[in-house]
Amino acid sequence: MSAPSPSPISHLPSPAAGGAARLTDILRFNTCGSVDDGKSTLIGRLLYDSKSLMEDQLEALERSADITGGGQVNLANLTDGLRAEREQGITIDVAYRYFATPRRKFIIADTPGHIQYTRNMVTGASAANLSIVLVDARLGVIEQSRRHTYLASLLRIPHLVVAVNKMDLVGWSEARFNEIRAEFEKFLPRLDIKDVKFIPISALNGDNVVDASVNTPWYPGPTLLHHLETVHIGSDWNLNGFRLPVQWVNRPNNPTDPRLHDFRGFSGQIAGGIVRPGQKVMVLPGGQVTTVKEIWTYDGSVAEAFCPQSITLLLADDIDVSRGNMIIGQNHLPGSSSDLLANVCWMHQRPLVAGKKCWLKHTTHNVQVAVTALNHRLDISTFETLPAPAELALNDIGEIRLRTASPIFFDGYETNRLTGSFILIEQGTHATVAAGMLLPPREVVRPDATDFVI
Amino acid sequence: MSDYHLDHLQYLETEAIHVMREVAGEFERPALLFSGGKDSICLLRLAEKAFRPSDLPLPLLNVDTGHHFPELNTFRDARAKELGAKLIIRRVEDAIASGFATPAPGEVSRNRLQIPTLLAAIDEFRFECCIGGARRDEEKSRAKERFFSFRDSFGQWDPKNQRPEIWNLYNGRLNPGENMRVFPLSNWTEQDVWEYIRREQLAVPSIYFSHHRTCVRRGGQWLPVNDIVPPKPNEDVRALVVRVRTIGDIISTGLVESPADSVDDIIVEIAAARVTERGSRADDKSSEAAMEDRKKAGYF
Repeated sequence: MSAPSPSPISHLPSPAAGGAARLTDILRFNTCGSVDDGKSTLIGRLLYDSKSLMEDQLEALERSADITGGGQVNLANLTDGLRAEREQGITIDVAYRYFATPRRKFIIADTPGHIQYTRNMVTGASAANLSIVLVDARLGVIEQSRRHTYLASLLRIPHLVVAVNKMDLVGWSEARFNEIRAEFEKFLPRLDIKDVKFIPISALNGDNVVDASVNTPWYPGPTLLHHLETVHIGSDWNLNGFRLPVQWVNRPNNPTDPRLHDFRGFSGQIAGGIVRPGQKVMVLPGGQVTTVKEIWTYDGSVAEAFCPQSITLLLADDIDVSRGNMIIGQNHLPGSSSDLLANVCWMHQRPLVAGKKCWLKHTTHNVQVAVTALNHRLDISTFETLPAPAELALNDIGEIRLRTASPIFFDGYETNRLTGSFILIEQGTHATVAAGMLLPPREVVRPDATDFVI
Repeated sequence: MSDYHLDHLQYLETEAIHVMREVAGEFERPALLFSGGKDSICLLRLAEKAFRPSDLPLPLLNVDTGHHFPELNTFRDARAKELGAKLIIRRVEDAIASGFATPAPGEVSRNRLQIPTLLAAIDEFRFECCIGGARRDEEKSRAKERFFSFRDSFGQWDPKNQRPEIWNLYNGRLNPGENMRVFPLSNWTEQDVWEYIRREQLAVPSIYFSHHRTCVRRGGQWLPVNDIVPPKPNEDVRALVVRVRTIGDIISTGLVESPADSVDDIIVEIAAARVTERGSRADDKSSEAAMEDRKKAGYF
């Protein structure tokens, strides 16, 4: 017989109990590299040395090594989660991994190096704070390295690490490291990456990954993990122009609490800037101007909220607002147009041709769109543009022109990743066929309410 | 500028609230899968944060395998009542009786049979979208899962043909019969879940905490002694001080010997753990692709 069961509902944990909660932030990064440059080994090393690999995971690795790997443990099996991947020894899709140190939590988007490369890297890197480009010290800068770096620049990933791997195979040569660095520095000025760090490593042996290497006395910089732990990411969100794309209208139905009878809140995640009660705001597309009455949250009203917090705004006036509308502040006005220019990454087998109609999802707003012109295709190896292509094929990147059924309110992607990005959804199949990055608006929104702009 | 900064739990929270509200914005008939387990307890708090002071705009759905820990069901019912939420329960037992689910000869586990039961419930209420508490760090096929996970009209997951998910733009469009599973906790780890439970002071079923229980040694694990698969005469049965780390069926959930009797203790224990959470779930160990196969068949 089993012992008497404990009572089904526990007592609330005491808030004061135990040690202080750890205050750490999250760094999201992606790793890019080609097939044999040691990407899986590097991730395995980071997970292993930070004690994020568990015994049963190692056991499962060994089990699969006995069956398929001829007894050789393959760290790639950690990230290759699907049967087809293990069978074919390839990575099909973006895999996410998690590990933590006392200073920070990390989300790794592990993007495969060959098949569907661009599509996967765009997916994995879109939310990243930092991108690691792996270079094989023996091979130096190859076409893939240039492509990875260019994509990181196009996606406006704020921080880049060039990890020069397999340094043990070039005799820990400082000259070789400097040569590779110089090769990068030749093309970096043509791109737009503000923060680049070069680190000589050996993922296999662990040099400069977690622990500083005795083999690189000439390298004064941080180890890879130390850099990941300390790189400043506080300013990666846009705090300049207030933007609240309305996700959901919060209107209690027959509330018992009389104070909620007139409650009409606009819920969403702040996509830019800061908001405070008493502040003047405008509702788009209507252009009505009103004041923020209250910033409501489940944990109580707050005196201030900022990007990317999720909040519910109460407004002073009764204005018609629905999902897909945007509430904005007075400064740094967004653009407004139905004629848009954007760089897109095409993600579908059927190529994009001019005239195609799709759904466009921008913030919380869904609108019909027609692609009116293909302006150019980018060669991401040479950074050259090829004007007026007939089509954009799977994994191509190019600049296109679009016309939306009604205007959208947006920022250039370079100013704000949240209000400057969109996806295209194919009608009928509903497949996500493109990721788009808007070029800066040619004119800002022109409010009809004259008291709004000074 | 340092004032405008989110710590890791605040970041995960705002991301999850955003996902919840996208579900409310894009689907007419969503449901939230609530088992009473720790992950779905966090989901419910996030739903409150996303939708209050309104009523939750979606019912709670639970597939009762008939092999649940009784403590879990009691907790589930109490919590739903406390929130004033609608709770829909569909039982594997009933699905077997009505012919929706058919056990294989000698099949004792209800793990596979909960799939047709869930799919039948989705059909019955025409749910287009079910929010679940699965996390990518749980299992390696889940590491490839999307926030918005598309399922065809048979409820199947096709890992090779997933919709790319870029920035925070989720594609919720469906054709009739198709279905979406949405996982707001995708980026959470086991540690994050417990830290969130501590920060939010959430109540959890008592079996997560250390207690006395009679256990039987089976398949390298300590399982709770139960009436469904009673101990055989030669099996090792002992009274132990244990807790559950992850809750599955009572016949397959391994108990860990642990003195942890508070959320703080659990957080310390997990930080030092050398085995993953699902290391104590026999259902995942049966083959390397066990979870992938169940997900392809319609498991959440």
